[in-house]
Amino acid sequence: MKHSIIRRTLIVCGIGLMVLGIYRGEAAMIWQKAVYVCLECIGIG
Amino acid sequence: MQEKKEFREKNIKNKEKRTGLRLRGWIQALFFAFSNGYLAGYLNAKIYRGQLKQICVPGLNCYSCPGALASCPIGALQSLLDSKKFHFSCYIFGFFLVVGGILGRAVCGFLCPFGWIQDLCYRIPIWIPKRVPDTLRWKLERMNKRKHLPGHKVLIWLKYVILAVFVILLPMTVMTEFGAGVPWFCKLICPSGTLFGGIPLVLLDEALAANAGGYFLWKVTLLALLLSTSVFVYRPFCKYLCPLGAVYSGFYKISLFRLKLDESLCIHCGKCSKTCLMGVDPEHGKNRQECIACGDCQKSCPTKAISFWPKGKDTFSS
Ligand code: SF4
Ligand code: SF4
Repeated sequence: MKHSIIRRTLIVCGIGLMVLGIYRGEAAMIWQKAVYVCLECIGIG
Repeated sequence: MQEKKEFREKNIKNKEKRTGLRLRGWIQALFFAFSNGYLAGYLNAKIYRGQLKQICVPGLNCYSCPGALASCPIGALQSLLDSKKFHFSCYIFGFFLVVGGILGRAVCGFLCPFGWIQDLCYRIPIWIPKRVPDTLRWKLERMNKRKHLPGHKVLIWLKYVILAVFVILLPMTVMTEFGAGVPWFCKLICPSGTLFGGIPLVLLDEALAANAGGYFLWKVTLLALLLSTSVFVYRPFCKYLCPLGAVYSGFYKISLFRLKLDESLCIHCGKCSKTCLMGVDPEHGKNRQECIACGDCQKSCPTKAISFWPKGKDTFSS
């Protein structure tokens, strides 16, 4: 019971944080970086 | 002699189990195809540029892979932290809470492409020439497949160090001479990026191939080392190095899908811990943070005391 309450609280907080992140422009920034080949990621940069 | 016979029989059974078609394998393959399904990327050596890349997949899946339709949470976290615009990522932290709270490390068992690749490597049978004398053959067969590397108990903590240092601290603090941030885990370690992003792009794009130098060589060497070790040892990268596995392991007590034991049914035969390739002891609840919900222990349990479903009885948590 205690675990399920913690889980639900964390999931709700997680959803809230994701919405806040999108509002702050984090998702847009991820998109900006992810649409170009990340040279470091592939071991070239 | 008897011991040898028993060992051989067991080995054959294990091989059957390893090569048998299993639901988990199909789910892993399907999710791999789904998250890397941008076929035009492989044909034109270009990566996908659509809006889906604002979303992260739950597993380690490089967003520079020509087939990737979404982003990797570890790559995304580093790209936010090294941008200097954000000192804390609400989006990725929230994503971890949601995915970890629901699935925990079941992501590793079912949805991570690099986990699947390691599973496939471990299924490769080791060929021992017929001419090898029986006594030596038995010894080689015994070395054939192992669960862990020597020093396993200490090495499992390395992934938390990698998460703290290469994914969080270094991207936040160390920049290039031009002031640009660097995703240090991707740059120096991530074998998923090398396998799904680096190698295909270098093969498809001449300009990239011309620029591949020392870092690329290092990453290919590391990848080769990890994949060859995976043939002998079960999931070495997941156990010892993966920062995403480290994040999800924190949810082992609360995630909706997790290892559960109904102690009233357990007869303490120890079969579950012998079966577990991740080194978990479900009977005594030891190392549960390593459990990837593969379900092997559940299949081996004669009394069906182990479950993973949300409604399953869990003596550890009650
Ligand atoms: S530990 Fe990392 S590489 Fe392994 S399956 Fe989990 S997320 Fe993927
Ligand atoms: S065998 Fe059981 S305890 Fe071990 S990783 Fe698989 S599900 Fe978890």
